[in-house]
Amino acid sequence: MAEVKAQMAGTVFEVSVKEGDSVTKGQTLIILESMKMEIPHEAEADGTVAKITVAEGDFVEENDILVELA
Amino acid sequence: MTQPTYNEHLQQKIEEIYAGGQPKYHEKLKETNKLFVRDRLKQLFDDGIYEEDARFANVEAGDLPADGVVTAVGQIDGQTVCVMANDSTVKAGSWGSRTVEKIIRIQETAEKMQVPMLYLVDSAGARITDQLEMFPGRRGAGRIFHNQVRMSGMIPQICILFGPSAAGGAYIPAFCDIVIMVDGNASMYLGSPRMAEKVIGEKVSLEEMGGARMHCTVSGCGDVLAANEEEAIREARRYISYFPANFAEFPPIDETKAPKSGRTLEEIIPENQNAPFDMYECIEQLIDEDSFFEIKKLFASELITGLARIDGQVVGIIANQPKVKGGVLFIDSADKAAKFITLCDAFSIPLLFLADVPGFMIGTKVEKAGIIRHGAKFISAMSSATVPKISVIVRKAYGAGLYAMCGPAFEPDAVIALPTAQIAVMGPEAAVNAVYSNKIEAIEDPKERIQFVKQKIEEYKEEIDLYKLASEMVIDDIVAPNQLRHTLIQRFNYYNSKQIVLPYRKHPVYPV
Repeated sequence: MAEVKAQMAGTVFEVSVKEGDSVTKGQTLIILESMKMEIPHEAEADGTVAKITVAEGDFVEENDILVELA
Repeated sequence: MTQPTYNEHLQQKIEEIYAGGQPKYHEKLKETNKLFVRDRLKQLFDDGIYEEDARFANVEAGDLPADGVVTAVGQIDGQTVCVMANDSTVKAGSWGSRTVEKIIRIQETAEKMQVPMLYLVDSAGARITDQLEMFPGRRGAGRIFHNQVRMSGMIPQICILFGPSAAGGAYIPAFCDIVIMVDGNASMYLGSPRMAEKVIGEKVSLEEMGGARMHCTVSGCGDVLAANEEEAIREARRYISYFPANFAEFPPIDETKAPKSGRTLEEIIPENQNAPFDMYECIEQLIDEDSFFEIKKLFASELITGLARIDGQVVGIIANQPKVKGGVLFIDSADKAAKFITLCDAFSIPLLFLADVPGFMIGTKVEKAGIIRHGAKFISAMSSATVPKISVIVRKAYGAGLYAMCGPAFEPDAVIALPTAQIAVMGPEAAVNAVYSNKIEAIEDPKERIQFVKQKIEEYKEEIDLYKLASEMVIDDIVAPNQLRHTLIQRFNYYNSKQIVLPYRKHPVYPV
């Protein structure tokens, strides 16, 4: 189980995948908005989206888990 | 049986020394994919040739060949260098009094000859049984670090960490310009996991607490993570090729090469200031193909630092990476930049800043961690650098981000904007919110409110229009993206003769 964590504090701008989706390395899973910038969070390896723990508009702290990949 | 001749006697002694420690320790090297110290040196030096000093150190002890360290002079691509290399087959590479004296002497040799000094570290630390002779005195281990500090910025100092670098010994890498670590084998720590458990009750693995990967990604003590020893040695040789032998000389110039073929800058850089792109792609289009030597690639990757060649000339690149953390500057990125700039400035390597920065991070977390004093290190290092400096405003440069990325006030030789550049205290949305927040809240009709904000944003954008800034001579030029490499080549070439007289004083009070 690989966890994708927030790189920095910010707001969830876009959830780009659904639970159950298969994703490839480098694919954007979540985009945060912070400091007026879009911060893409990508899959570090191929896998399946097991769980999405945030919704669009949520505030997240640095290191909060966003997505779990199986 | 006949007596051996004196020649045979000498030969026998030398063979014993060259054999290093007991066979079981050589077996252990093989099991952990490590090379014997003399094989490392053969790979490091041109044609495997070197001259060694104090081979016979502690020969009388019988079981401490070379006293656990080889000190040698040889060449890397024709450049003479001095090296100390621990032998972990001899008492785990630990330091006795002669070990320390040998290291000190080879440092003194490097200083006298004004050539790079390499530290090939693989050592368990001090021999506690010998501490009186090797630890506290004038020529004890402390002197090694004193010499490192004294020679810092005078000659390049490079560390390859093959194994442990424990306790006091961990300061050897800390005082080097660059530390190359072998993944899985290198480690650096003040107290071992065993000591941590005994003294503070923490249970932790060596890899987690002080392993190469941790240091190259989290602590920032490591600069290059190598997959194995051969790669580490190759990287050290490659690193040296960017540097002069000492501060008084200039970096060697190579033949020019065209950039790697790829998308144009126009295609790479999005106009929307908030959209991410990959700065590496941009760098590739500006530098000679395959000339990038990245430093701290895995650490604070929102800022890229590395050596490269542009038309054969060495330059140090400091570039924001909008793809990671939006290119926002953090504490670690500020530290990373400060050390890199100091390194380049010491050895006459011109600096190229590629700015696309929303500013320094804000919020409680970073304020408590002292982001202001860390940012001050970055700005101070950049400001004191006297090598040629060119600041390219690729896209946004907001707030102290503009200052850190060598904005106009910091005496860059030129500030060059691409047409996508935007220079301001803050971005339009943030600025309008800051200035008109009361007014915006007072507008009740939502449509009218949006209209008001839109209008103010447009007005703000006009205020910071690039041509207005050029007209006021805030920036020195606006160039088309496809002209950028050309203008950099010309300008760095012209600025070669730059001279700056430093203000009369001993030294600044460095922000830390």
